[in-house]
Amino acid sequence: MRGAAWAETAAISAAALLAALGVFGGFVALRGLNPLDVYAALVAGGFGSWFSLEETLTQAAPIMLTALCTALPARAGLLVIGGEGALVVGGVATVLAGVNLGGLPPPLALALMCLAGALGGGLWVGVAGALRHWRGVNETIATLLLNYIAIAVMNHLVAGPIRDFGQVLKPASWAIGERLMIGTIPATGIHWGLVFGIVACVVTWVLMRHTIVGFAVDVVGGNVRAAQIVGLPIGAIVLATTVLGGAAAGLAGAIEVVAVHGFASSSLVVGYGYAGILVAFLARQNPLAVIAVAVLLGGITASGGLLQRRFGLPDAATLVLEGLLFIALLAANTLYGRWRRA
Amino acid sequence: MNGELGAWGAMIAVVGGAIRVSTPYLYVSLGETLTEKSGRVNLGLEGTLVMGAMSGYAIAYLTGSPWLGVLVAGAIGAGFGLLHAVVCSLPRVNDIAVGIALFLFGTGLAFFLGKPYIQPSAPRLHHLALGWWSASPQIRVALEINALFVAGIVLALALRFILAGTRWGLVVRTVGDNADAARALGYSLRGVRTLATMAGGFLAGVGGSFLSLYYPGTWNEGLSSGQGLMAIALVIFARWNPIHCFWVSLLFGAATALGPALQSIGYTSNYYLFNAAPYVLTLGLLVWSSSPRHALLGAPSELTISK
Repeated sequence: MRGAAWAETAAISAAALLAALGVFGGFVALRGLNPLDVYAALVAGGFGSWFSLEETLTQAAPIMLTALCTALPARAGLLVIGGEGALVVGGVATVLAGVNLGGLPPPLALALMCLAGALGGGLWVGVAGALRHWRGVNETIATLLLNYIAIAVMNHLVAGPIRDFGQVLKPASWAIGERLMIGTIPATGIHWGLVFGIVACVVTWVLMRHTIVGFAVDVVGGNVRAAQIVGLPIGAIVLATTVLGGAAAGLAGAIEVVAVHGFASSSLVVGYGYAGILVAFLARQNPLAVIAVAVLLGGITASGGLLQRRFGLPDAATLVLEGLLFIALLAANTLYGRWRRA
Repeated sequence: MNGELGAWGAMIAVVGGAIRVSTPYLYVSLGETLTEKSGRVNLGLEGTLVMGAMSGYAIAYLTGSPWLGVLVAGAIGAGFGLLHAVVCSLPRVNDIAVGIALFLFGTGLAFFLGKPYIQPSAPRLHHLALGWWSASPQIRVALEINALFVAGIVLALALRFILAGTRWGLVVRTVGDNADAARALGYSLRGVRTLATMAGGFLAGVGGSFLSLYYPGTWNEGLSSGQGLMAIALVIFARWNPIHCFWVSLLFGAATALGPALQSIGYTSNYYLFNAAPYVLTLGLLVWSSSPRHALLGAPSELTISK
């Protein structure tokens, strides 16, 4: 029945996407725009040319990683939404590693910097996992609060302790230097973060689908009582999924630093973490599907500029579409199992 | 401003700030208390708050009447509550996830529709000057109290009475504590939860209009910094008791006012770190009030966050 299950998921997700697009069309129609023109611009802005495709894939790279921050713990039954904070912590950790390891040969320094970013994000979200297991603290609210704390701590650091006073436009941290920046994939304008994102999703998929560990995680997520009875180490599993999820988002922050900005600043806080939640839900927490859905979301985000230039729509238009998509998708969950025997 | 009162000045600023800043917390937490008492969590109140702030400001600007703005903000909040309730009443839909979706949708929609209202200035709500007896300007400023704050206190008392002492309150609590019993008694779970979520959304919308129409008293995209989310955590610490909601809101207001108060007496270092104070406080209180062994004390048993 796997084929039928797959077809059901595809049909229901497509229906949700169409419903969201329909309501969004109504929105722009209220502004006196022709919805069909706006749809055409959405496609053109996201996928219409090589240039826009490059932009789409560049946007998709961090979203793949932050989506794993929600998708991985979700398999153990947790609803984690701390990708935004883990990304920020990962970015700051990467900068701190970079300015201290600048003397090492660049490949080694870069590897350690990315490791620092992943470790920072992993520990950050791991705190919520530990609080969940040993104190019974709701992980959804805890990770949301950790997002705000991470941003406040970063603002504090870039406003003083690690501030580069040469940057005058807005407070930013010391730069890691041109030598430690990784470039783009040859013959494209896409940075290497895309490769990191795809590899992370595939590795996670293999781990979850084809190993005993992944099976144990699914048991904990499916039925905690059953997991207790067969003696699974629930605490370790909860901790591991949150740490790994946070590490993925932390890696996204590391990549934003080494491939895009070169320093930490409020430019890291652009909603990749929240887009990741939506992607994880759209992909039904399946790491392989995350790749495709992140590209779709990246396309919507990338087309925001074109919507703004061509129709004068505020840049939040893409946020509205994403929100509608999220609601439609959750409502569509109710359709599962109506036409198919379990 | 001036340093002659020194630490006292900071204290007064914190108290005054607490009163000013606590009002949105109070409204959102009272609304969420009512919603959660009916057995459902609305995590989307942050989005409702921002929508309320935007719509209240826009209406006040367009009509010249801030109180009409407050009312419309509440109505739009109720609309968001209705949307949440309708989507959640479908089978196999998780109310926490819907809340996250509405949080993102509400903020996105507010930024989308609110773009034209960032520049113009709307009439603000007036305050009651309760510090007329004092010669100190700081105390006078600290005791400028908005009518919504007073109304919030009355509301907390009223909600406490309704939940504890009336037939309606009993119905809401039955639906939230034992859905099977409520169904057996012939009450509509869907109806009660829809009304409770709409009322909660109304209050969150009003709380949002306070942000844009009184303090800070402007509309922009950085207006709310998670007050709606903190208010939801606050409800857990207040043990779903409206009176406790009031005291905890004041505490949160004080934590939020700490950074600006210290800045006003010239202590500016670590300003951004003090901005983290309310979130750290919330997390700390959450850790303190949770327990690994049993569900949260006083929690409605049908609630998904306490299981």
